[in-house]
Amino acid sequence: MSDNIIEVNNLEHSYGDFKAVNDVCFFVKEGEIFSFLGPNGAGKSTVINILITLLPLQKGSVRIAGYDLATQPEEIRRSIGIVFQDETLDRDLTVWETLEFHGRLYSLPKDERRQRIEEMIQLVELEDKRDVRTRNLSGGMKRRLEIARGLITRPKVLFLDEPTIGLDTQTRRRLWEYIKKVNESGTTIFLTTHYMDEADLVSNWIDIIDHGKIIVSGTPTKLKNDLGQDMIYLETSDNEAALRMLQSLKVVKAAKATTKGLTITITADGTHCLPILIGKLKSMGIDIKGVNLKEPSLDDVFVHYTGRDIREGGAEKFSKVVIRRGR
Amino acid sequence: MSLEFVTIYWRDMLRFFRFRALLVSSLVQPALWLVLYGAAMSSNFSRFSSALPLPQGSVSVTYLTFLGAGVIALTTLFTSLFGGISILFDKNWGLLREVFASPIPRTHIIVGIGLSGVTKSILQVLVIMGFGLLIGVKFFQGFTALHIIYSIAGILLFVGIFSLGFLFLSSAISMTMETPEGLQGVITLLTLPLFFASNALYPIDAFPPIMRLLSTLNPLTYLINGVRYFAIGSSFYAMGSLYVYTKGDIIFSLLYLAAFAALMFLVARRIFDKAIVT
Repeated sequence: MSDNIIEVNNLEHSYGDFKAVNDVCFFVKEGEIFSFLGPNGAGKSTVINILITLLPLQKGSVRIAGYDLATQPEEIRRSIGIVFQDETLDRDLTVWETLEFHGRLYSLPKDERRQRIEEMIQLVELEDKRDVRTRNLSGGMKRRLEIARGLITRPKVLFLDEPTIGLDTQTRRRLWEYIKKVNESGTTIFLTTHYMDEADLVSNWIDIIDHGKIIVSGTPTKLKNDLGQDMIYLETSDNEAALRMLQSLKVVKAAKATTKGLTITITADGTHCLPILIGKLKSMGIDIKGVNLKEPSLDDVFVHYTGRDIREGGAEKFSKVVIRRGR
Repeated sequence: MSLEFVTIYWRDMLRFFRFRALLVSSLVQPALWLVLYGAAMSSNFSRFSSALPLPQGSVSVTYLTFLGAGVIALTTLFTSLFGGISILFDKNWGLLREVFASPIPRTHIIVGIGLSGVTKSILQVLVIMGFGLLIGVKFFQGFTALHIIYSIAGILLFVGIFSLGFLFLSSAISMTMETPEGLQGVITLLTLPLFFASNALYPIDAFPPIMRLLSTLNPLTYLINGVRYFAIGSSFYAMGSLYVYTKGDIIFSLLYLAAFAALMFLVARRIFDKAIVT
């Protein structure tokens, strides 16, 4: 057995003639936070809906928590928790009733169910909202309740589809604290988000899907480094000499003088490359007066591979290949 | 046996009792029917039916009593046909995704919604009967206490099975509809022929042949037969017509309704199994 909790092989899905998902393969390791990113219309939702058993499996194989989706969908349902993209709360049920209903749907025995409801209400700090109807909760509270609901069955994998969309920064930060707490207790997280900074911060692994295919995957650091576009800004005592030396180096992709200094784009990881460059300049007797290093953000990675900004939607494919710098 | 449908039933009842306005209006509305329509038509019909000679040895009942059974049947029809609308709302609000992605079998969703609808219908029927008796509907005339209990049980059995059939139908339609307006349109279209090709408001003897054929296929007719048999008796005279129900008629009526419910369950199951909710 492998330590993969999700294994997707050669997954295909069509709507009529349109192939929304085309030969998708990916793996999620147990215990990690896995981010599944892609522009709107890339096939992301289709893949998720297949994994959570809402769409039928047309072609390919999926194993979740050791169960085969084609033959054991019920076991998979019992092994996963889901927080859907849009709100799926009954506005007329209270917090407690929402959790009770969900626990009953999964046939949790009464004593166990009641105990877990209390645990979950405490986890997401909704103790004083227990008997409040969900229509009267704030956006952040609703999300917390949905996370509590997804966790009440103690799933091996929790699917979080855009968990922080539409929430303010404070609320998002708190939500991530809960999610991390959940992950630390052993639950694998399958995440989709439009917020690249969040994916960067929390993910152990990222897959990017576009046009129905996985186009790149790796750790956030690796993805950013692979882009090889760290940008260094230098001010030196002799900019001309420095420029000449730098241009001769293999690692330097481009170097040019600006009004006061130099900007260099390098192909290697800037964190490790910068001290070497500085050392070389110093050995030539050139003093360094100022330094700035800009690494590419996950946003840059996303735009680089998909050719569009994640928030932009699918309208203008490939028309915008501007890489925004910094954050 | 698994009892997961109880979960669906529980939630639906929770909502029903939570909305006092819905609860009250669903109970008051049939009573209003009885009062307004009954009172208005009763004096009209009594005027010309009293001119007709009463056959020897038969019991004559007033129009209000005749109508009482009809109102029970019509209320049950309307409530049941709209009973599946919660499926549509759950679907449109995205709530159905939670249920469809859970291990609960889809047939249990159908049964849960069905049973909660039956509960609502039974509550309504009890209110109509109680209220009807107050305003002069002459049900259970000359019955012993035991006979009355037996009769009420009989009426509720008929109401329950009839209601179940139309709830399954309603759930199936709701599942295929996109909007509440669409559902309303389809249901209105269904209601009118069911409503008029029945003996709820008037006897069917004088119907044109096509209407009479429709009425013999109409489940509503069989429900009304059952309710009148249990509430009024096996033989009575109303609106110029003699009504005689044998035990065989009643058993056939019950079986007809059961067969209708079973058929509708199969239709709903097929639609639910094929449904994709994302």
